[in-house]
Amino acid sequence: MTMTEISQPQIIDIKDLSFEQGAHLLIKKHLSELPVGGKLGISGHARELAIHLRGWCRTQGHEILFGTNGLDSVNLNQTTNSPFVAWIVRGKASTGRWKDAERAGAPDFREPNAIAERPPSKWGLAARGAKIEAGAPEFYFGLDSKTDVWAENVPRLYAQAAAAQWNPNTAIDWETPFELPVEIETAVVQVMTYLIENETAALLVPARFLAQIHPHFREVMQLLAIQVADEARHIEVFTRRATFRGHELGLSTVGGQTSLKTLFEEPDFTLSSFLLSVLGEGTFLNLLWFLEEHAPDPITRRGAQLAAQDEARHVAFGMGHLQYQISLDPTVRERLAAAVRRRFDALSQTTGLNEEVFDSLVILAAKEWTPEAISEGFGKVQKLKNEMHQSRTARLQKLGFSAKEAENLSSLHTKNFM
Amino acid sequence: MNDSEILVMGAVAYDPKVVTIWEGFKAYFYQNGLNFDYVLYSNYERQVEDHLAGRFHVAWNSPLAWIRAERLAGSTGQKVEAVVMRDTDCDLTSLIVVKSDSGIGDVSDLKGKTVAVGAIDSPQATLIPLSYLRSHGLIPGVDFEVQYYDLLGGKHGDHIGGEREAARALIAGRADAACMIDGNHLLFLSEGTFKPQTTRVLAQTETFDHCNFTVTESAPQRLVERFRQLLLEMSYDDAAVRPLLDLEGLKEWRTGRTESYRALETAVDEFGFYDNDGNITASNYRY
Repeated sequence: MTMTEISQPQIIDIKDLSFEQGAHLLIKKHLSELPVGGKLGISGHARELAIHLRGWCRTQGHEILFGTNGLDSVNLNQTTNSPFVAWIVRGKASTGRWKDAERAGAPDFREPNAIAERPPSKWGLAARGAKIEAGAPEFYFGLDSKTDVWAENVPRLYAQAAAAQWNPNTAIDWETPFELPVEIETAVVQVMTYLIENETAALLVPARFLAQIHPHFREVMQLLAIQVADEARHIEVFTRRATFRGHELGLSTVGGQTSLKTLFEEPDFTLSSFLLSVLGEGTFLNLLWFLEEHAPDPITRRGAQLAAQDEARHVAFGMGHLQYQISLDPTVRERLAAAVRRRFDALSQTTGLNEEVFDSLVILAAKEWTPEAISEGFGKVQKLKNEMHQSRTARLQKLGFSAKEAENLSSLHTKNFM
Repeated sequence: MNDSEILVMGAVAYDPKVVTIWEGFKAYFYQNGLNFDYVLYSNYERQVEDHLAGRFHVAWNSPLAWIRAERLAGSTGQKVEAVVMRDTDCDLTSLIVVKSDSGIGDVSDLKGKTVAVGAIDSPQATLIPLSYLRSHGLIPGVDFEVQYYDLLGGKHGDHIGGEREAARALIAGRADAACMIDGNHLLFLSEGTFKPQTTRVLAQTETFDHCNFTVTESAPQRLVERFRQLLLEMSYDDAAVRPLLDLEGLKEWRTGRTESYRALETAVDEFGFYDNDGNITASNYRY
């Protein structure tokens, strides 16, 4: 392609490039360099160039002038080798479309004004930092303010999460040989059954909020998506372990599901983050560490270890989000405390952790049926419960609750752990 | 609201999007102080008849409907006016397309061949290109066979289906040539109906115009003027109206003109589609 600018107007020679091969791209590029009303001459020798040029100009709102008027100001021999086809007069539609378009922040959250406090609903699904045509349709995102969802550690956590994804097939050596007495295996299966149920809640709760978050808060959306994927993997691993020896799955109790239902139905993102990520998954961390240390077989230990790594990130996001909220509005703490009390009241008529799960934890920690081993296992589970309480209390204090308040709120947490 | 203060428009529902389009225009007119409503017809023939009978004020007419409206009006001493049209209604051409390897090098080579066309009432895919061939010495049905893809009669070819079927007939070898509006040749290439380099444009007609808003003399002049003014003021720069313009396929409205309907008038007479008084005389026309 050659182009010569003797003066206005310009002529481009697109040679044998046809519209079915992308001729419009070259023409568009050169038109964009002209003011509205500017003339661009087209030379070329593709067979149907004149026909397609006419149709294309019509749809784009450009005027097309056939004939050689104006060519006398241009020495064709010096400009093109192909026959002259037509003049295009640039229409105003191509610029009109972008009038009042606005830039939706910036892709890098560290840039000034990268993230809007309350992005407009009409920014919709556009990439953060994109230039958005005016008049875009409005989307409804219930969580559309930075205060609602943001945490300063989100970008870092997302990067960590993306880097730490693991493949259940290869991260766990499913071939490692082990033998367990049937009662111990049954206890493992019961704990796995309980974990699957709880991880299902931990998958669905963020998934429900995910679609409500304005995509402008990209890193939060991404982090929650990975959180959901994490839980999907946990469910896979625990299901594979539960069925590893061909046993039927264990029991699911009314008390356990009632406790999870209060999490599942919490409509407020912040309160849900608090109850699920900080208190629930925080407590689960202790449980997973317990299993990593005391489970009777290598597959369960490794599965618990991998799941705990992921859960630690989920807890960190919950903590980061709440710290961000509290830094903007310290009264959020009162709402958090009220949420714990409300959940406690709602669950006051239930029994908490089912007996089968508690017993199973004792058995798998005991590893054998002797009075000494059972006593030791029982002690370990009591210690676990104490550690769970201590961890919760520490996190609550980190959120600014006094030692006494933290102690009190931790003791009101569901006996079902999650 | 007094009915006399409402400008009522008739349009043909050739596609479900027609409802979206006119609901959008209705809101635009209403926001700008013009009370506007519309009625939808399943075909242009009833629309033209009702328009001339005074059942509504403005018709969004195909070029063929315009010709019938003009003739029907003339037969009773009335006049119709084309007030506004789209930029994309101006200076269209129709194409006769053949396969690249067909050996058909000239229009005269179509003698004895089969030419696929669109709906029987399509100006761009049937009437105008067939008239073009006649002007080049080939009588449709005598010198070559006409293969109609008569989809959605009465909609005057507004629906692209007939043209696409004609194009497919060409590719499938059921026809030796296919007729279509110029813009659709590029569309069929880009959507894959035509593979690159497999077709060739054998002939291109002179330019002609397409739709217009038609008014009768009895239409309320003040409302029609406001209607005309509001349409011409619509700017593609305006994000509020741009989706409507995109849906209706234009960048700007232009003042109506009627001098570029002559090729179609000639075709209408040649094929006996309407008589001079606007009566339908085409024998095999179903709508």
